[in-house]
Amino acid sequence: MRKLLPRRRLLIEGPGAWLAAGGVALSLLMVLALLALIAGRGLAHFWPPDIEAVTLVSGERFAGQPVREQGLPGQASGSERLYRTGNRDLDGDQWRWVEVNAIDTRTTPEDLVIIERRRWGPFIGRLLRLEGPEAQWTASDGAALWRELEERMARVSQLRHERDALHNHRLEPLAEHVDDSAMSPSEEDELREIKARILALQDAMQRDHVVLESLSGQRLELSLEALIEVKRPNAMSLLAKLASWGEGVWRFLSEGPRAANTAGGVWPAIFGTVMMVLLMSVLVTPFGVLAAVYLNEVAPQGRLTRLVRIGVRNLAGVPSIVYGVFGLGVFVYGIGGSLDSLFFADELPSPTFGTGGLLWASLTLALLTLPVVIVATEEGLARIPDSQREGALALGATRSEALRRVVLPMAVPAMLTGVILAIARAAGEVAPLMLVGVAKLASQVPVDDEFPFIHLERKFMHLGYHIFDAGFHGGDVQAAMPLVYATALLLVLVIVVLNLTAILLRHTIRARHVVQAHR
Amino acid sequence: MADETSPRQAALHEVVQDIPREGRCFEIEELSVAYAGKTALSGLNLYVPRHRVTAFIGPSGCGKSTLLRAFNRLHDLNDDVDRQGRIMLEGQEIHAPEVDVADLRRRVGMVFQTPNPFPMSIYENVAFGLRLQAALPKRRRDEVIEWALESAALWDEVKHRLHDSALSLSGGQQQRLVIARTLAVQPEVLLLDEPASALDPISTLKIEELIRTLKSHLTLVLVTHNMQQAARVSDYTAFLEGGELIEYGATDTLFTNPRLARTENYITGRTDR
Repeated sequence: MRKLLPRRRLLIEGPGAWLAAGGVALSLLMVLALLALIAGRGLAHFWPPDIEAVTLVSGERFAGQPVREQGLPGQASGSERLYRTGNRDLDGDQWRWVEVNAIDTRTTPEDLVIIERRRWGPFIGRLLRLEGPEAQWTASDGAALWRELEERMARVSQLRHERDALHNHRLEPLAEHVDDSAMSPSEEDELREIKARILALQDAMQRDHVVLESLSGQRLELSLEALIEVKRPNAMSLLAKLASWGEGVWRFLSEGPRAANTAGGVWPAIFGTVMMVLLMSVLVTPFGVLAAVYLNEVAPQGRLTRLVRIGVRNLAGVPSIVYGVFGLGVFVYGIGGSLDSLFFADELPSPTFGTGGLLWASLTLALLTLPVVIVATEEGLARIPDSQREGALALGATRSEALRRVVLPMAVPAMLTGVILAIARAAGEVAPLMLVGVAKLASQVPVDDEFPFIHLERKFMHLGYHIFDAGFHGGDVQAAMPLVYATALLLVLVIVVLNLTAILLRHTIRARHVVQAHR
Repeated sequence: MADETSPRQAALHEVVQDIPREGRCFEIEELSVAYAGKTALSGLNLYVPRHRVTAFIGPSGCGKSTLLRAFNRLHDLNDDVDRQGRIMLEGQEIHAPEVDVADLRRRVGMVFQTPNPFPMSIYENVAFGLRLQAALPKRRRDEVIEWALESAALWDEVKHRLHDSALSLSGGQQQRLVIARTLAVQPEVLLLDEPASALDPISTLKIEELIRTLKSHLTLVLVTHNMQQAARVSDYTAFLEGGELIEYGATDTLFTNPRLARTENYITGRTDR
């Protein structure tokens, strides 16, 4: 074996090797720590912690879920604890810092409830009574009270469902139709009837009430319609808590946001992100592949081609916000504006395509990722040996036949590598989207059952932007922080899933290339 | 017919012996090829007899591969190749504007130094050239593919695994597959560029047997570094050096009784000139 000079051995053995291995270990550790942090904080959010009934030395009582503890600022000993006490409508705030020394007793009575409400955030305290029109149940009824509450809440959500269906499928189409033409008497009747039914449903939803009392003694009466979920974490078994956790995760994934993005789920953002990335892939692949084929197979290899190639590679380094500005100027104002004046003139001055939307965001990101696809495809084409091209030509194939039948199929895995890299880059990009179509809160996802089903002009929500918005623009940062972690975790997962799909696709194609299926 | 007294023919006569004047498949006149300004072939004159095996021998860089690639105009792909002179295939100038290059390459098949099967099934490899032509009914196509694989002495080895990947074959099988692929489009000429140099002795032997069988209906042109191989399989041998044709004649004569000392030095492996 050839003996290496000591200087050249430095990186493969001895301290150099330790240094190199340490570098790898450190990088891995940082990635793992990052994932662990967002996964831990994000997933813990859905776990229902016990509610403590706290009595202070001063005699004051309150209930809350302990969040964290830290040393008293500026003091050597002693610490303070943060409680989530809820009841923002009663106390003015739903967080409370308490010095640990000031606490007299802490208990976890089973009858403490935490109630998710449509307004004012959670309520923490006791459930005194459930009042129906025909009867009422008090805490002394025990299990009967909870069974009744569950049944009645199910009834309300059934009514709500009915109302929404009526609203979406009958009232809205009718209203749209009426906007376009004058109302006929029969339609007038129908409209009145639907409105009456909706009002009746809403009244029915208000029928039952609960009477609540906080530990400080304040009472509150709420209609069941205002409640989302009632939980007694102190009475839950571990299994029940696990079920509640799973339900929380599911609701986070499947529902829309509430309370200015500081509560609720992120379904529209997941949908928007995936939709935008898929559309981007569909747009960028043909352009990137065609450009790479031209550069590598068609164009004469001279100084100009080399210049273009260098240019393309450097485009990959342009900051993404610059693409955002370009997209705003060219796609949104330029092309979108012209489209509006040509085809949607009767909608003006409210813009249809002349404002940010799914299409323009996808196009902007396609432009952003184009160099990645071109470079990857070109590398794939360059790796195909000339003997393959010559083999095809020697059989009487024209250059375009050789390209189509031999070269391009062999380059498909490289093209998919390009798409994978493009997805990885595009899915995490937020800055340009803020200019060309992302919305803080989009009431409708870009796909529905209304013709033409995919609404490319609509604004959409995006996980990356949702993180930014929930974390820094909400009123209650304490409440939003766990959601920020959960959303960050989800964004990572969405990108992983998208990438895995593309990698699997590439794997199948590669496998088919080596051994073709029987026919 | 050629003028016996022209200087070109006189020059040709000096280096060429015993080549039948009738039945010429290729005729080359004053062929010069330069790559990026560097001369690879200068003023070459020779003809290739039909249905015979003609071998080109010579040291590396003598221009024999360049000559081979001129026969099917594979040089057209490079931008910086400069060619002068004429190549006639069955009396037709192959550079004439009315000649379709793809059709020329179908008529003049080529097998390369390293086997280059496409990453497809064995069946698809052989069908590749056929699919470029007018569509054949499947049964007829299957017949042609079987015939081509038979002709390339590969059928018995692959008939049960036609839809396996061609890349699963051994090197020798791959090279015979490439020959079968070329035969399937029924060429008139088969150019072989050191077809056995990447193969083991047994596979080499099979290829050589194949070459001898194929000459019954094909004109074969073989470039080789292997003297024994040229001696074993070819009917005529041309010795090139420095882009020029040095000697050309019947293989037996050229190997046993070369006219020029340069030829003898090369075939006997003596490097001093």
